[in-house]
Amino acid sequence: MIDIILLLFLVICGFVAVAMNDLLSTTIILGAYSLIMAIVWTRLNAVDVAFTEASVGAGITTVLIIAALSRTQRMEAQILAGGRSKKYEKYKVKRLLLLMVILVTGGILMYGTIDMPAFGNPNDPANLHVVPRYIKKTYEETGVVNFVTAILANYRGYDTLGETSVIFTAGLSVILLLRRKK
Amino acid sequence: MKEHIVVRTVCSILIPFIQLFALYVVANGESSPGGGFQGGVILGASIILYAIVFGMKSGRKRVSERLSDLLISAGVLIYAGVGLLAIFAGGAYLEYGALPLGTKKLASHLGIYGIEIGVAITVAAVMITIFFETARHEDD
Repeated sequence: MIDIILLLFLVICGFVAVAMNDLLSTTIILGAYSLIMAIVWTRLNAVDVAFTEASVGAGITTVLIIAALSRTQRMEAQILAGGRSKKYEKYKVKRLLLLMVILVTGGILMYGTIDMPAFGNPNDPANLHVVPRYIKKTYEETGVVNFVTAILANYRGYDTLGETSVIFTAGLSVILLLRRKK
Repeated sequence: MKEHIVVRTVCSILIPFIQLFALYVVANGESSPGGGFQGGVILGASIILYAIVFGMKSGRKRVSERLSDLLISAGVLIYAGVGLLAIFAGGAYLEYGALPLGTKKLASHLGIYGIEIGVAITVAAVMITIFFETARHEDD
């Protein structure tokens, strides 16, 4: 029951975020979206992911988008120009077409979930490959209790190194592109 | 927000605890949820909060451009360095068990600690840098 309510909230957040013209409010709503998503992750027992979602999605992303907003306007351009522009009317057909594409894609994705194994089923193919080894041998092989950390840092150490390099590159790009010269 | 005394007082009390929590998340990542990435983000967020409340200039006084630039690369260097140390110790790249730090299990544990700290430093510094470079400063 609570899962359905949470998912409903997510959908509402999504709709409101698209419908809003105030970009600051949209940013805050997306933060709320991430927080609800974090609760959903917790409900799925993915606590590490929930932690990341709460700190990155709800926390830092919101702040960084607001920081970017401080350099631009708070309202969408068409509102500042006074009402919906002619462009909006012109692309009505195109927008309808886009809606169709989104609905069809969403439908196909939903259809795909029918084939997915039941949640938490220990006999899933996904749960039979390397998962038993991680669960049984993580402490023995890495000396770490939380095997999410063990997978990230040890079994998939190269991936995490790549991930850190991506963040490093992002920081470098921001410095190169946006740093104001004195 | 420099003129809001309530915000200023609350934040100056809260920020040390936020930073302590960030360090806890990094240090305790191997036995509870969390780790370098989340801890780094929280650490970065505490500095961003400071800059929002006390102004960009005093924020940059605490974490100068030079320092944050240095930390961005230092984190990746620590991560890659731990991997290289493992090669010098006779293992494969990033094979923490080969590090000469007591038993294999302990070495692996400490190696994971090392890279978590590296990840945390880079993530925190990058978040701080992105904020300071994108947000509008008082004087422009």
